Amino acid sequence: MSAWAPAPQQELTTGPGRRSSPLQWRWIDRLALAFAWIIGLALCAIAAAIVIYMGYRGVQYLRPSLIFSRPAEGTTQNATGGFLDPLLGTVLLTLIAVVLALPLAVASALWIAEYGRPSWLARVVESSIEVVAGTPDIVIALFGLVIFQLHLFAPFSFTASGGAVYGRSFIAAGSMMSLIALPPLFTATRDGLNAVPAQMREAAFALGKTRIATIRRVLLPSVRSNIATGVTLGVSRIIGDTAIVVLLLAPTLRFESQGSVPVVGLLRGTGSTLTTYVYDNSPAGEGAAPQKAYAAACLLLLFVLALNLIVARIGRSQADATGLTVAGAIV
Amino acid sequence: MTPESMLLEEISPAEARDRDQDRDSGRTRRSPAVPPVRTIVVDRAPLPVAPPDDREAVRPSRGAAGPERLRVEDLRIKFPEREAVKSVSLSIHQGEVLALIGPSGCGKTSLLRSLNRLTELTPGASRGGRILLDGDDIHELEDTKLRARVAMVFQQPNPFPMSIFDNVAFALREQSRKRPRRSELEPLVVDALRRAGLYEEVRDELDKPALRLSGGQQQRLCIARAIAPRPEVLLMDEPCSALDPISTKTIEQLIGELRRELAVVVVTHNLAQAQRIADKVAFMYLGDLVEYGTAADVFHAPRAERTRDYVRGAFG
Amino acid sequence: MRERLLSPWPDHRAERLLGAVSLLVGAIVTAMIVFVAVHAWPTIEHNGLSWLGPGGNVDEQFSRMQAASAHPAPAVYHLRAWPLIYGTLLTTGIAVPLALVVAVLTSIFIVELAPARLRAFAVPVIRLLASVPSVIYGLLGVLVLVPFVGNHIISSADKASVQNTVELTGAGLLVTVVILTVMITPIMIALICEALASVPNSWREGAIALGLNPLRAILAVTLRAVRPAIVAAAVLATARALGEAIMVSMVSGSRSFSPRPSDGIVALFEPVRTAASAIVDFREGIAAPALGSSLYALALLLLFSALVLSVGGYLIKLPLRRYQGQA
Repeated sequence: MSAWAPAPQQELTTGPGRRSSPLQWRWIDRLALAFAWIIGLALCAIAAAIVIYMGYRGVQYLRPSLIFSRPAEGTTQNATGGFLDPLLGTVLLTLIAVVLALPLAVASALWIAEYGRPSWLARVVESSIEVVAGTPDIVIALFGLVIFQLHLFAPFSFTASGGAVYGRSFIAAGSMMSLIALPPLFTATRDGLNAVPAQMREAAFALGKTRIATIRRVLLPSVRSNIATGVTLGVSRIIGDTAIVVLLLAPTLRFESQGSVPVVGLLRGTGSTLTTYVYDNSPAGEGAAPQKAYAAACLLLLFVLALNLIVARIGRSQADATGLTVAGAIV
Repeated sequence: MTPESMLLEEISPAEARDRDQDRDSGRTRRSPAVPPVRTIVVDRAPLPVAPPDDREAVRPSRGAAGPERLRVEDLRIKFPEREAVKSVSLSIHQGEVLALIGPSGCGKTSLLRSLNRLTELTPGASRGGRILLDGDDIHELEDTKLRARVAMVFQQPNPFPMSIFDNVAFALREQSRKRPRRSELEPLVVDALRRAGLYEEVRDELDKPALRLSGGQQQRLCIARAIAPRPEVLLMDEPCSALDPISTKTIEQLIGELRRELAVVVVTHNLAQAQRIADKVAFMYLGDLVEYGTAADVFHAPRAERTRDYVRGAFG
Repeated sequence: MRERLLSPWPDHRAERLLGAVSLLVGAIVTAMIVFVAVHAWPTIEHNGLSWLGPGGNVDEQFSRMQAASAHPAPAVYHLRAWPLIYGTLLTTGIAVPLALVVAVLTSIFIVELAPARLRAFAVPVIRLLASVPSVIYGLLGVLVLVPFVGNHIISSADKASVQNTVELTGAGLLVTVVILTVMITPIMIALICEALASVPNSWREGAIALGLNPLRAILAVTLRAVRPAIVAAAVLATARALGEAIMVSMVSGSRSFSPRPSDGIVALFEPVRTAASAIVDFREGIAAPALGSSLYALALLLLFSALVLSVGGYLIKLPLRRYQGQA
């Protein structure tokens, strides 16, 4: 019964044979199938609708003149004025926050990944970062208010004549924003460090380098893209955060410096960001200029989109370069 | 010097070197302390390392082969990159174990997977020829119903992340229209576990997670899970290659007992295992079916030279 | 000194420095909990735990606090924040299960059912949705959804039925819950999709080889395997929903009202206020001691529930790990 005789050529059929049809599945499977399709399509449609609608409003209202002109004096924005101040405010806040968060996050991640003794302390640090990650931003904002209204921190903001420390300034908001950016930065860096193969460390030790030198010369460069991803994720959260700014960067739309020293006065003073600009111009705030609100919101969304693309690009290039992928956290 | 001491002489390499030199130069020398090297001088027949195992006991006395369950007619399977199976015709009977042997890449696994249409999971697969299950073309049957009658056990044990009971009852629950109660399922589960030779070991722990079992136990659990719905054919893809020798032996015994009620097709790259368990053997090479016959014929009187070479271990 | 700083550091010094910096993080978090608790203490001291209970109108209590002097009498601290608690429970309690169902079904859709092109479109769009700022959700809600609901969904009969107690404008429970669901679903989808993709293929093959259709294979085996991920996603989503202040403040109507189930379907249209949105709404009065203390008490409550959530999530995942083969 061997098949020595050569077989005649036959046509091949591609594709599956008879499949069990959904009509004969159990009713719960049919229900799940139907719902999965309906809801899946609906969510994609909603997501597309949000993006398209914001784009439509942006095209309608966003003008370069708005980006480069300052908001009008006073609170109503109906007639004139753009959002240069809020835009710069967002940039300034982001800078302060990243400058504060970066060393803190990288140092902690390094310590956890490379040293981590005693272990109870390592657990404390990791749990603290998790607590910060899970804390609502409004609570962090209130904490910031508490801290910066202490007399100890009076130089960081405005002190009223009665002696009460105002507690609201760019420094105050920036410091609290750094707490917002801390968890994604820490997680990205720590995961990157953990993913570095043990051989790299062992090779460096075998060459006689101390641990700290290894860190500086070998490990940190290899997690550069992880840190970049973490920074981008953190920045994405910072520019979108409204609660902290609303509480810690009082209701002025334009930059209001505090004191005469140029840069320090700016940092001690108040202002606004794109997010508070949107909030103030919506019916929840003064409500007078929804068109400006749409324009600013669209610009904000474009920034977020750009940051998402950067994260994706970093992830791709790192995967190509090292064969490792970035453990990206979305939150 | 006693005969035993003639067998073994422990000398160090330095001493050996010295001895040679001394022999040449006629001097004797003290040897320094280095680890000794055993040189074994063999002058009698080697002792067997272990007593001969009871290989013959795996296969009980052969009765007549049962009815034909699966017939493969001129099967061709083509994947986008290569042609896996070129024109194979076989017959698989109840009461027999068919072993598919051959070197890696010969198409035996593709052939096995086509028997329950698992090749359809690979995109771009195309086929030709027919496969008949009890006379019905399997591509005309519904795939879920086909797989209820043709069960498969995989190379790596893959018990589901559930309890042992839920694993074995899985197919039973899914294949019935109404939700059967546990009291209805329990005798079937126990019976399947008995037939798979696992019941005695897990009788008190049916609700424990299946992933806690050892490798051999997990594979027997997968066999129990596969035979619980009483399929007609059992396909096994190298079932013992991931297991230790003791589990392997247990499962080979199991296969011998299972073939009474099922037709069994086993893919194996282990020739000794094929010799132990197979009634019929199909030898494939690069997609062609080179030889197909009874185990005695293929192993001891192969007709094709390639078969003879493979069976003797000339290539693998 | 300068030399000491510039020459290569020995390990133990570097370790101490890094450890100290890490400890700073722990110190900040501890300070946060302590300071918020300290500022919340006056309200708790004057009301006991019944500050969480019902009794009177929260808005009136807050305005009384705001109007009081710099050293208010103890009676000014009177607070019964139940409408806020109820609003928080209601919004989160409806949004999270809804989002869970939507996320699981959409994940199954994306991983198993969607054609390749639709999947390539859906994945980045959903990831983008996850990072959209809440103020934009709030803006769309207040400018698009609220007028739509107010003008086209709420009928005048509905408005008439509750007009003695509350005015229905469209801003209220329904819009809040809908937007909240849309906000928290993308994160859950990302987590669940990742988990679904990392389930070993052998389980799916094994289920199909036993005669299950592909959807049933997912529902019966793969979903069980990703239960820890679903729990983690639910915990994350709940934390986000509880703390959402800005969006809720924009679309929930500006009254601390408890929607009444006795009104039937109209209860969905009634305004609501959550603990988080109350902090945003009354932020300007925070300088008033009584009001400030009340807001800090609400913040303490939010902090406490976030802590409980992470511990609870960890505890729920523990028994699920018994059945998993992998972490």
